[in-house]
Amino acid sequence: MSTLDMRAACKPADYKSDVKPIWCPGCGDYHVLMSFTRAFAELGLPPEEIVVVSGIGCSSRIPAYTNCYGFHGVHGRSLALAAGLKVARPDLTIVVASGDGDGYSIGGNHFLHACRRNIDMTYIVMDNRVYGMTKGQPSPTTEPSFDSALSPGGTGLSPFHPLVIALASGANFIARCFSGQPNETATVIAEAIRHPGFSFVEILSPCVTFRPDEKDWKDIVHAAPVPATNDPAKAARRIMTDDGFNLGILYRGDRKPYQPTAKANIDLAELEREFEL
Amino acid sequence: MSKASDLPKITSVADLFAVAYQIEADAVERYELLAEQMETHNNTELVKIFRDLARAEALHRDEIRRMAGDIDLVEHARRIAKWKRGESPEEADLGAAHYMMTPWHALQLALAAEQRALDFFASVVKTAPNAEIKKMADEFVEEEAEHVNLVQRLLQRYPKPSSSWSDDLDPPTSQE
Repeated sequence: MSTLDMRAACKPADYKSDVKPIWCPGCGDYHVLMSFTRAFAELGLPPEEIVVVSGIGCSSRIPAYTNCYGFHGVHGRSLALAAGLKVARPDLTIVVASGDGDGYSIGGNHFLHACRRNIDMTYIVMDNRVYGMTKGQPSPTTEPSFDSALSPGGTGLSPFHPLVIALASGANFIARCFSGQPNETATVIAEAIRHPGFSFVEILSPCVTFRPDEKDWKDIVHAAPVPATNDPAKAARRIMTDDGFNLGILYRGDRKPYQPTAKANIDLAELEREFEL
Repeated sequence: MSKASDLPKITSVADLFAVAYQIEADAVERYELLAEQMETHNNTELVKIFRDLARAEALHRDEIRRMAGDIDLVEHARRIAKWKRGESPEEADLGAAHYMMTPWHALQLALAAEQRALDFFASVVKTAPNAEIKKMADEFVEEEAEHVNLVQRLLQRYPKPSSSWSDDLDPPTSQE
């Protein structure tokens, strides 16, 4: 099948692998996987032109469940891997998947600088406000009142505000979605991929096992009352003052993406000589 | 229910067949996914129930394809059977799944899905632009009403479980 035929023919199912997800039943990440495949089909991208890169955690299992190229990388380092890949292969569509622990704690520093560099890729963080894979420790986005065996009486700590930090660090597209609305989320992911530069999409994705209270999110989330702005000051005011459940595209910047010219600075023979014993 | 502008636009009987076909196809896919989830978590009773539900929806899907005759339903559905917001009406709610759910819970999901499909076709009857579409949509309403009744009858076999149904003797609790 030619690439042109492929673009016309791709259905969401064409992006799913034969590997069956092992997330808990009821986990929001099942919906996010659906949104990935629906977004890819909407864009008509052949699977071999997409790379899904991830770190560690429940959400980071997602590359194995697609039949795109995938890289299940080191904890918190997915953005570094993805940045290198995009710079070397600008022709590929790079989607990075992470969770609130992997992305904001272990990979927090990479998050800041990926926003700042503004390389053309899409960063999707499935935020369930807990470390689910390692049995329920509080994460950077956990509420201060989260009372558990590991945080008796609550953490007492202010949660990280990823959208504000993304904006302040230079992300070029910022959106928030809810996993329980897979069609809307797919549309936002497709839009994030189309938008030049570093696009950040936070998806509220409930952890039914360690945060059963998050099942209530479906009744709390609501569409953002105003359309996206390209004015960072306006966006900052809106994001800083929203209730954390405003959904939609909140900021569309117009910064030029960073893309150095890919050229070899050493020839192969010279490189091989450096490895000679 | 979604707003009218979020629903697929039905202007011909072919459109109606395509949308009905996609609704059933989506329901099959959803029940198969739930069956796989239950398989992973060794809830064998639920695996069987979800597979049975998937089979029932597949029969309905294939029947619609047969009724549509020469229309290429798969391709036509791909073009028009799109919900801008929300999901296809007969897809069971994935977010309501639980690894210890019981047949009663599964049938509650199925009942809600059948009811949404019934409501959808009832709305098509109300807004049908011509008598031919209205007549066909009426038939789908009747079928979905039968499905609602069938699930309600099945539910009589399974009483509502006690409030401790999700108590796990070996729970995935936090590390101490």
